[in-house]
Amino acid sequence: MLKIDRRLIAHFDWPLLLAVLLLLAVGLVTVLSATHTEEKLVSGLFWRQLSWVALGLVALCAVLPFDYHVLKRWGWVFYVFTLILLILVVFVGTIAGGARRWISVAGFSMQPSEFAKLAVIIMTASFLHHRVSEDRLHWRPALVALGIAALPAALILKQPDLGTAMVVLSVGVLLLLVAGLSLRWVAAAILIAVPVFPYVWQHLKPYQQRRLLMFLDPERDPLGNGYHIIQSKIAIGSGMWGGKGLFRGTQYRLNFLPEQHTDFIFSVFAEEWGFVGACVLLGLYLFLLYRCWVAIHRARDAFGVLLAFGVTTMIFLQVLVNVMMAAGALPVVGVTLPFLSYGGSSLLACMMGIGLLLNISMRRFTF
Amino acid sequence: MAWVTLKQREAPALLRRRVQWLLAATALVFLPVVARLWYLQVLHGEEMRLLAENNRIRLHRVQATRGTVVDRYGRVVIDSRPSFDAVFVPEDAEDVAATVENLATLLGLNSAELRALVGKKGRRPFQETVVKRDLSFEEVAAVETHQWDLPGVSLQITPRRSYPHGPLLAHLTGYVGEVGPDELKQNDTYRMGDMIGKSGLERGWEHYLRGIDGGQQVEVDSLGRRLRVLNEVAEVPGHTVKLTIDLDLQQAAHRALGDRDGSVVVIDPRNGEILAMVSHPSFDPNVFARGIRSAEWRALITDRSRPLMNRAIQGQYPPGSTFKFIVAAAALEEGVINPFTRVFCPGGMAFGNHYFRCWRKGGHGSVNVHEALVQSCDTFFYQVAQRLGVDVIAAYARKFGLGAPTGVALEHEKGGTIPDAGWKLRRFRQPWYAGETLSVAIGQGYVTATPLQMANAVGMLATGRRFRPHFVLQVESPEGEVVAREEPEEVARLDVRATTLKQIRDALRDVVETDRGTGKKARLRGIAVAGKTGTAQVVKLGKDRSRPDRLPRHQRDHAWFVAYAPADDPEVAVAAIVEHADGGGGQVAAPLVRDVLSAYFALAQERQQRNYAQDRSAVDRAL
Repeated sequence: MLKIDRRLIAHFDWPLLLAVLLLLAVGLVTVLSATHTEEKLVSGLFWRQLSWVALGLVALCAVLPFDYHVLKRWGWVFYVFTLILLILVVFVGTIAGGARRWISVAGFSMQPSEFAKLAVIIMTASFLHHRVSEDRLHWRPALVALGIAALPAALILKQPDLGTAMVVLSVGVLLLLVAGLSLRWVAAAILIAVPVFPYVWQHLKPYQQRRLLMFLDPERDPLGNGYHIIQSKIAIGSGMWGGKGLFRGTQYRLNFLPEQHTDFIFSVFAEEWGFVGACVLLGLYLFLLYRCWVAIHRARDAFGVLLAFGVTTMIFLQVLVNVMMAAGALPVVGVTLPFLSYGGSSLLACMMGIGLLLNISMRRFTF
Repeated sequence: MAWVTLKQREAPALLRRRVQWLLAATALVFLPVVARLWYLQVLHGEEMRLLAENNRIRLHRVQATRGTVVDRYGRVVIDSRPSFDAVFVPEDAEDVAATVENLATLLGLNSAELRALVGKKGRRPFQETVVKRDLSFEEVAAVETHQWDLPGVSLQITPRRSYPHGPLLAHLTGYVGEVGPDELKQNDTYRMGDMIGKSGLERGWEHYLRGIDGGQQVEVDSLGRRLRVLNEVAEVPGHTVKLTIDLDLQQAAHRALGDRDGSVVVIDPRNGEILAMVSHPSFDPNVFARGIRSAEWRALITDRSRPLMNRAIQGQYPPGSTFKFIVAAAALEEGVINPFTRVFCPGGMAFGNHYFRCWRKGGHGSVNVHEALVQSCDTFFYQVAQRLGVDVIAAYARKFGLGAPTGVALEHEKGGTIPDAGWKLRRFRQPWYAGETLSVAIGQGYVTATPLQMANAVGMLATGRRFRPHFVLQVESPEGEVVAREEPEEVARLDVRATTLKQIRDALRDVVETDRGTGKKARLRGIAVAGKTGTAQVVKLGKDRSRPDRLPRHQRDHAWFVAYAPADDPEVAVAAIVEHADGGGGQVAAPLVRDVLSAYFALAQERQQRNYAQDRSAVDRAL
């Protein structure tokens, strides 16, 4: 069954893989720097991240051999599976940092919400691909497609993980827009939401109101997020033009940043490599975006385009939100920086997404 | 590929066109990101680096003031006061060792301990370590004047728990202490060094009392001195807890018990409110609030008189003759006797190969149930108990709430013991002996009860209803809004005939109100009191009890008195026990209860008059 088609190898997108490998390398070095101490250069976290990277490469390769079209028919299995996991999290999840997000399986803890992003992309793409038309999308499939994203998003919001829930929902909505949802509908939805909002607001508990305000305006929380943002801004800013050099950062080492190796890894990088380094890193991401664009162009069918676009959206929403958050231009919501942040689930999901892009890209002549 | 319609073939191109715009937009979003980085790193890079080097932004938590606790009339029972703490940030000291030495000599601390404290792992950089809490005025002045020898040391004002009445209510209020490692693990909103309720009310109402911490972002100079506050969140003080306790009555009960070991419990039998609860000896919770030293702690827990034990709920004493009103109720209700049934008491009674004595050597002669209760005749109850059997007695004791914890919201409440045949089999794997029933009839043998249970039981006799005892009236938010109220919770009604109740109540009234009654020393002018004396043996039979002063102290009897008043319209129930007293319940405990009751009624009258005067003046003003 597994015939190796020469054309598959010939059309493999090596530059895309190279960009990802470079980003992974930057990530490993930064995690190493962010977690090293004077007594111990290489921390256990680094070794764990290294094994996650290896596992991510395996996951990437695992996605390559089969034709992505099977996902049209079987994608829902993955979707239902992640939904079950998300519901399980509510009951048996492990609590860390005040939120219930992890499930422990055989000593590994995984974060189903990370995989939910992929599941929503696959499910929405397979639902929408044959409904795409020149005319506008009918409101009924549009609502179903919105539901596909809203269901896991609601479960993730409950954990609570506002950042990931927003990413899931945004990916769903953007796919809908591309599939032909009229902008008028979006405008209408916003028009309905605006007058409803004060009513909903009144019915929220005071602590819920406080928490929402905190998201929108972290300065209200000077002991928590507000403090972290200031410290993150100081870390980035103190990098100046050329940075302080590898292992020379001071902000993170003194534990001013709470999640310096996960959500705030960009601050660590920017402190050590400065404006030039940060621009190079952003350039690398921009190159990755270009290769994603190429992959989308190579897709021969609507499903392929939607799938590739979904993965691209997922990755770049996170890049933009994460960097802006670290730079103090967006509220702190806890979104990882793809390929750089420490953390298995997030890395695996991104690597599987890249695997899908490569898969789509290399099968452009298989029709 | 038949399924690929023309439309399907066209679809990708259509989609790509739409996608392109979005991707272009994404690429453009990178521009503001770069602009933002330029702003931070190039435009403001210099000042950011300066801030980073001096680590000028510090986080400063402002601890919430714990809620106040007041008595039922709003008088302060627990309060908070400002305390000056010396804090140290080692990162701000050029020479940590020298500063530590200076600090140790200045504040009279052990320098080795101080070094260990400062070097403790797990401290965040630039996080303040509290070196000494609650400095005296001289110490504050010393730190202030030696500011230059003490870089990194500063003063911090934090609210400290204060118990103005010291040991008076310590068993009920409990105390606070520094949060422990287990508590930190369970609740991640606490930080090291925080104060948390460790026992009693402080622990049970922690959720209400704690409040919400506030905090400040502070910019400091290179010496760690605060320059300005950048951002601030105000603390929210804890809620006010209003107790059912009447502080005046508590003091009166405390005075009445004096320095004798024992306990006095006063409840309102109409709703279960605890009006006073004294346990002596006690301890000073202020010692815990400032941080108890290990020597002090050791002294407290090894003290033979056990000051940490709340005798009102943890002291399990044989109830002695106070138990007789329950046995009498059982006997009348079960029909084994009627009000006219007479028993002859020659001073005791032979049973098996043992002679069971009555407390009065000469005997009481022929007595019915009324006289037996009034004069506390043991022989009468020996006889009755034989007819009832231990299981029936136990069943009635349980109706009165004995043998199980009352459910008062204090930890480690004991349930006492009400033995029956099944209990003995389970406990000792031995059958019940008929002779043991005789001891049970006079509240001895295996029977034990706590003072709170006895107050509850006599209250139930008075009103026919039993409530879960509680000591919190309501909880008020800092804005004065009532956020929680503890409603009376009726747990049982006495299913006993009215005639039976009247018989017992009349007898208990005569215990106090007639000259033959054993409790006449509890008599009060103007208000009829009903009560029952008890003298509980600590050591088994055979000792000469006529001269208690000849016995070693720890072998002397406990003196009990339980009562309610006014006898015809009960509004207060009292139980008092004096451990190893110099006399029986009638001599020692009855006058004690009289003092408590007289204080209660005097206070009630005083309040009534004050209200009357207020009403009058209001009327006068209105006119």
